[in-house]
Amino acid sequence: MHKSAGHYANGVAPTRIPTDINGSDMTNIDTLAHASHLNQLESESIHILREVAAEFRNPVMMYSVGKDSSVLLHLLHKAFYPAPPPIPLLHVDTTWKFREMIAFRDRRARETGCRLIVHINQDGVAQGIGPFSHGATVHTDVMKTQALKQALDKYQFDAAIGGARRDEEKSRAKERVFSFRNAQHRWDPKSQRPELWNLYNARIAKGESVRVFPLSNWTELDIWLYIYREKIEVPSLYLAAERPVVERDGALIMVDDERMPLQPGEIPQLRKVRFRTLGCYPLTGAIESEADTLPAVIQEMLVARTSERQGRVIDHDPAASMEKKKQEGYF
Amino acid sequence: MGMEHEAASAIDAYLQQHETKSLLRFITCGSVDDGKSTLLGRLLYDSKLLFDDQLAALEGDSLRHGTQNGELDFALLVDGLSAEREQGITIDVAYRFFSTDRRKFIVADCPGHEQYTRNMATGASTADLAVMLVDARKGLLTQTRRHTYICALLGIRHVLLAVNKMDLVDYAEDVFRPIEVAYRELAASMGIEQVTAVPLSALRGENVSSRSRNLGWYDGPSLLEHLETVQLVRAADAIGFRLPVQWVCRPDQNFRGYAGQVVAGSIAPGDEVVVLPSGVRSKVARIVTADGDLPHAGRGDTVTLTLADERDISRGDVIAAAVRPPQVADQFAAHLLWMGESPLLPGRSYWLKIGTRTVSAQVTEIKHKVDVNTQESLAAKRLELNEVGYCNISLDHAIAFESYEHCHALGAFILIDRQSNGTVAAGTLNFALRRADNIHWQHLDVDRTARARIKGQAPACLWFTGLSGSGKSTVANLVEKRLHALGYHTYMLDGDNVRHGLNRDLGFTAEDRVENIRRVAEVAKLMVDAGLIVLVSFISPFRSERRMARDLFAEGEFSEVFMDTPLAICEQRDAKGLYAKARAGEIRNFTGIDSPYEPPEHAEVHLHAAERSAEAMAQQVVDVLLGQG
Repeated sequence: MHKSAGHYANGVAPTRIPTDINGSDMTNIDTLAHASHLNQLESESIHILREVAAEFRNPVMMYSVGKDSSVLLHLLHKAFYPAPPPIPLLHVDTTWKFREMIAFRDRRARETGCRLIVHINQDGVAQGIGPFSHGATVHTDVMKTQALKQALDKYQFDAAIGGARRDEEKSRAKERVFSFRNAQHRWDPKSQRPELWNLYNARIAKGESVRVFPLSNWTELDIWLYIYREKIEVPSLYLAAERPVVERDGALIMVDDERMPLQPGEIPQLRKVRFRTLGCYPLTGAIESEADTLPAVIQEMLVARTSERQGRVIDHDPAASMEKKKQEGYF
Repeated sequence: MGMEHEAASAIDAYLQQHETKSLLRFITCGSVDDGKSTLLGRLLYDSKLLFDDQLAALEGDSLRHGTQNGELDFALLVDGLSAEREQGITIDVAYRFFSTDRRKFIVADCPGHEQYTRNMATGASTADLAVMLVDARKGLLTQTRRHTYICALLGIRHVLLAVNKMDLVDYAEDVFRPIEVAYRELAASMGIEQVTAVPLSALRGENVSSRSRNLGWYDGPSLLEHLETVQLVRAADAIGFRLPVQWVCRPDQNFRGYAGQVVAGSIAPGDEVVVLPSGVRSKVARIVTADGDLPHAGRGDTVTLTLADERDISRGDVIAAAVRPPQVADQFAAHLLWMGESPLLPGRSYWLKIGTRTVSAQVTEIKHKVDVNTQESLAAKRLELNEVGYCNISLDHAIAFESYEHCHALGAFILIDRQSNGTVAAGTLNFALRRADNIHWQHLDVDRTARARIKGQAPACLWFTGLSGSGKSTVANLVEKRLHALGYHTYMLDGDNVRHGLNRDLGFTAEDRVENIRRVAEVAKLMVDAGLIVLVSFISPFRSERRMARDLFAEGEFSEVFMDTPLAICEQRDAKGLYAKARAGEIRNFTGIDSPYEPPEHAEVHLHAAERSAEAMAQQVVDVLLGQG
């Protein structure tokens, strides 16, 4: 792995000395519970990544270019340092991502020295599947869910690491860190393996696989604080800037390329917006914001009154839609 | 730029505060009826962690599915899966997150019914504290006892007793106090000393995050205040540095590091360490992290160690302080919570994962099972789903370990089914059954193959089982005579003979019978190792013990010979007059009379004694042994 001194060296190692808030005698106090929660989350995630590398034959990390992926990539570097990460990156490209995401992806893969695998569902491309012509549901199913299954089958990955967090959505709250999938990539919420302590069961039969979520116990705030503390680079789409947008069904959609059909009377307006999640640009709503620096974004989030997933068109009704998608193999 | 600077310093201050913020993991115990989901939803609501869209969804859901007549139903916030919403119960462990200015909290929300004991144990395994809910109108219930036992079993030392629904008992102190007293007694009986009792109403938000005026007589903390400030006292951490090796880092020929998480003690460069189970020693050279080398590392840190000497160390080894190393053993007494759909079978081989090590293991004996509701010890031959047992476990490799009480990371394990790959049990090690660390396996140049070769025979164990008086010894004697005549080297282990010598300290209780068989099986194994054909003639009435014996041998070495003689015939013969005594009540636990005989299901040789002569049966055994049957 390419280790640029500038990128990771903060100058100092994050403080690891347990701090007791009450200043009482530390000798009989559980020091773990008094270490900073960010350090604890980091340690837990690194432990999970090393378990994956040690126990699976052919693991992969799902790289979606978003902030959670950026954190995962950073943790991957830390887990195996000074060796290069033994786990390649996989990006399922729906061909409708923000252009900046693709440029960022290619640059970060180059800089970190990670092997990057890009998979596109060519059947979907041949059929001309897209969010405008076929709607969000069909597009997501064909270009994302089906594409992911294709990639897993093609490369025979037995473990796929993802950046999902339990705080994102109710059905995720019950998902395991090591989430078992049958040979059809399906998740059965009723027959999950019990997961005790940090003893993860990585045993599977041929054709079966495991989705691994090292960020399970992180919240959105933890992610941002960690990005800030560790100076992790994220796409500038997260920061407010003047961008051409149109308003549709209450969502601000950025006109990222000429494929976006404008309805009669619809004129893209330059507005200062940023994105709380990144995905396919036609399906990702922007929010109006003045936060053009990382601290400003964190500050804005602290007073935010809408949750992260609202920006994703995919999660809107029916109520249990995410659970259904996951059973079908969506990440 | 001025505004940005301001924001940056504000966030810096905020980040700093978060850096000193600690993490508390807790589990909530109780049933939906006790208001568990409501309490949790209320905590999320009160800590202002709900966004507008989530609140809007909650209002909609409350109208559609709510149980509060259209009022906000907080339980709906936390009941995630659609199956659960329909059934109105929480069927799996869910993890919730919230934080205050003082702490971040991870909550394991678990179902409370007995058929979900495994889910509760899962949530308890990572919890520092348990919030135990009881309904003030009902007081302590069977489930309260069960939940407390599970928490104690998983090593939780702090309980917050939340006496809920105080609004329905007129906030009466004389309802609360007796419940508190009774619970303290219950918890203490299971070894939980730290109990804080809080009267509250989750539905009305009283004493949850702020004090209640209706509970003026109560001067303790609210539930949230306690969670924010409770000090986690653990037993004096008497053990030294421990790091289970998770990953060997070898980017090139010049670097060899051992990556893992420090699970106990602390370490600094120059410290002497020992690697277990091999026992090689070295010194720590560097503590490597991506943020630079560390001058020391403590519990919870994930690091990569390099040692002063080149050593052969792999995943699963434990690097420990040389001054106070952990024990190494391959047999343990342990508590097991069975989580599999099909029962635990003693003698069956499972994968056991402990720390970063996975070995092959079998439960050699279920000493007893524990009724999770009453904590009574009950005799058991198997463990069913959600049952707890105290067991002996035998591994195929020695491992470094600590008792669970002293170190969860080196005392907790899971069992994995070899066929289904499912996680079928959670276990906690109590102590080693024998000091395997004092036994050094000698590498022998003369091995079993060499010994067998010089004797010109394939060593084997013929295990004769059957009722007393069934003719086992008679037939075994004839078999041995024939084999001897054919030039084979044999030895006969007979029940009576061995009981006069090696096993003369053993009686006829169930435990002694198990030990009797274990010793004989081990002796037979040594003899087979020596190259002999061993004939064992023992009643050996229980399948589990015969399976244990069988598992000591390699495939094809062990043959079970079932002397299938009807009880009436055995009793009629009664060569030693034992049946008469048993019938008269002078001998207890006599097989066939007041103690069961479990016939083999897949014996290699099945002898029908009622139909054939002893000589014919002996020939049948010899033919099978020599591959002519």
